[in-house]
Amino acid sequence: MSGHPTYVPKSAAAKWLESRLPILGLAHSSFVVFPNPRNLNYWWTFGGILAFMLVAQIATGVVLVMHYTPQSSLAFASVEHIMRDVNYGWLFRYAHANGASMFFLALYIHMFRGLYYGSYKAPREVLWILGCIIFVMAVATAFMGYVLPWGQMSFWGATVITSLFSAIPFVGDQITIWLWGGYAVDNATLNRFFSLHYLLPFMILGVVILHIWALHVPGSNNPAGIEPQSEKDTLPFHPYFTIKDGFAVVCFMIFYFWFVFYVPNYLGDADNYIEANPLQTPVHIVPEWYYLPFYAILRSIPSKLGGTALMFAAVLIPAFLPWLDTSKVKSAAYRPLYKIFFWLFVACVLGLGYCGSKPPEGIYVVASRLLAIYYFLHFLVILPLLGQYEKTRPLPASIFESVLGERGKHLAAGAKPLQPGE
Amino acid sequence: MTASTTVEEPTRRDFLYIATGAVGVVGAGFAVWPFLSQMSPDATTLAAASLDVDISGVAVGQIITVKWRGKPVFISHRTPPEIEAAQNVSLKELPDPASDESRVQKPEWLVVIGICTHLGCVPIGNEGPYHGFFCPCHGSVYDTSGRIRQGPAPYNLAVPPYRFASDTKISIG
Ligand code: HEM
Ligand code: FES
Repeated sequence: MSGHPTYVPKSAAAKWLESRLPILGLAHSSFVVFPNPRNLNYWWTFGGILAFMLVAQIATGVVLVMHYTPQSSLAFASVEHIMRDVNYGWLFRYAHANGASMFFLALYIHMFRGLYYGSYKAPREVLWILGCIIFVMAVATAFMGYVLPWGQMSFWGATVITSLFSAIPFVGDQITIWLWGGYAVDNATLNRFFSLHYLLPFMILGVVILHIWALHVPGSNNPAGIEPQSEKDTLPFHPYFTIKDGFAVVCFMIFYFWFVFYVPNYLGDADNYIEANPLQTPVHIVPEWYYLPFYAILRSIPSKLGGTALMFAAVLIPAFLPWLDTSKVKSAAYRPLYKIFFWLFVACVLGLGYCGSKPPEGIYVVASRLLAIYYFLHFLVILPLLGQYEKTRPLPASIFESVLGERGKHLAAGAKPLQPGE
Repeated sequence: MTASTTVEEPTRRDFLYIATGAVGVVGAGFAVWPFLSQMSPDATTLAAASLDVDISGVAVGQIITVKWRGKPVFISHRTPPEIEAAQNVSLKELPDPASDESRVQKPEWLVVIGICTHLGCVPIGNEGPYHGFFCPCHGSVYDTSGRIRQGPAPYNLAVPPYRFASDTKISIG
């Protein structure tokens, strides 16, 4: 990871370690002196928030496993045991269940930030794709986690989603039986989901490390969407961004724990407090809120294979953005038309989410269809064409100037960022 | 001088590289197989795959649900109007054409797997426009022969392998 190789170990112990494993120097160049664009706004704090949420999910998850039983006849009761008998069990479970929602909220904001400021463009394509991989892994992790309490929604959500694979021509049914380890979702399914639910977050952690590595090669993008040219355009990570990220994490935690303490079941589904019954489907099957836009796309197509294929396409298509968006200008601040289409796209995704929460009848089916079409139009038609025809606004000469305007031109000569300890 | 000419030819070393690589790939294949196979249904699941049901207590018009291989199976004791409705349908009207005769062994008894062929929910009996089955998940409608009539499901409700062990006993599986 780049930055200034300025680390000089002071104590004898640090010298001893550094000459054997240069990990202190790595931490120093990555998180102390690392130069960040000085104009980053609060949308850039969601990376730090996500790192915090991942650690929170792993910590609360490991605690839950100490009391949870992954066996179909005992799982539901063991979660109730966590809620009623285990000291602070309710806190860990509510923190974990709501933590998943907060993880996705932060993930979506982080991704839309990337869309708005063109963070997926060269030289950050690999960084973006790694982020898309993290998203897909998080979707799988949360899906399998939701099966573990073995309530009615756990069971029927698992049934509906695994049955998507039966849409694959010829081998679909065999694949589904293989995924289940039986002829229906049952104990074998619960056990493997438990194993994978434990494993995947650590794999996410691995990809997050690659993600940060890929970030530290070109450095962060920024609201102006132009690369830093001199030291005047950047500030050291510590104290400027450690404090800012820390402040944002605290604000986010207030929001997160407001849910945990005051409305812990608001984002959940009451049906999941009924134990799984393989012979009876709940009247209304709705997935967790963070899947709703994709669920709406699935249901918008009156064909099983078509709906399934389109849903997977919708999840995967953002990974191709670096090549679909043909504009050379990154930030929407300098792209008047893209700015409009960005907000239309946000509205489209929110609209899909709303339709996904409603029964698949009448106006909701029509609306989901139109919105699903627009979703793909945005990626496949609007973005490629916009790059050719949009008249972008002139870019500022430097980040320093974009922040300080005219005044910046005069200051640019002498200014020097504050160094840590100054 | 001799070295430069022999390098052009495939050498013994090239052969050894490829042969070693090929053995490695085959070995990896053998190692992967158990990893995949362990996820398939195990011996207990396969052993529990047959079920005997006493149907003497099922009244005309009643549908019972039994569990076979972890899935619900509907056993419907059909009424004469239901049988008639199932038989008097032109095959052209059906998305997944099948005559009622091909789906039952005795007209009074319909035995189908109670899993919607869309995404696997359990339909509700004696419901929907055809008074057969209605799936609450995404609105698929089945008739009194368990055939798909409306909605996103592509196929008819599946008929499990079964036989009448006696007049009052069905053996499924
Ligand atoms: C990206 C990280 C993670 C996400 C998004 C996630 C998500 C979820 C979700 C949505 C649930 C269902 C909560 C409910 O409604 O009750 C759940 C349950 C569970 N998770 Fe996780 N999880 C993560 C990491 C972990 C880790 C690392 C572990 C273990 C080491 C773990 C262990 C468990 C256990 C034992 C349950 C069942 C108890 C319960 O339902 O509350 N999770 N998880
Ligand atoms: S599962 Fe029955 S209609 Fe979708």
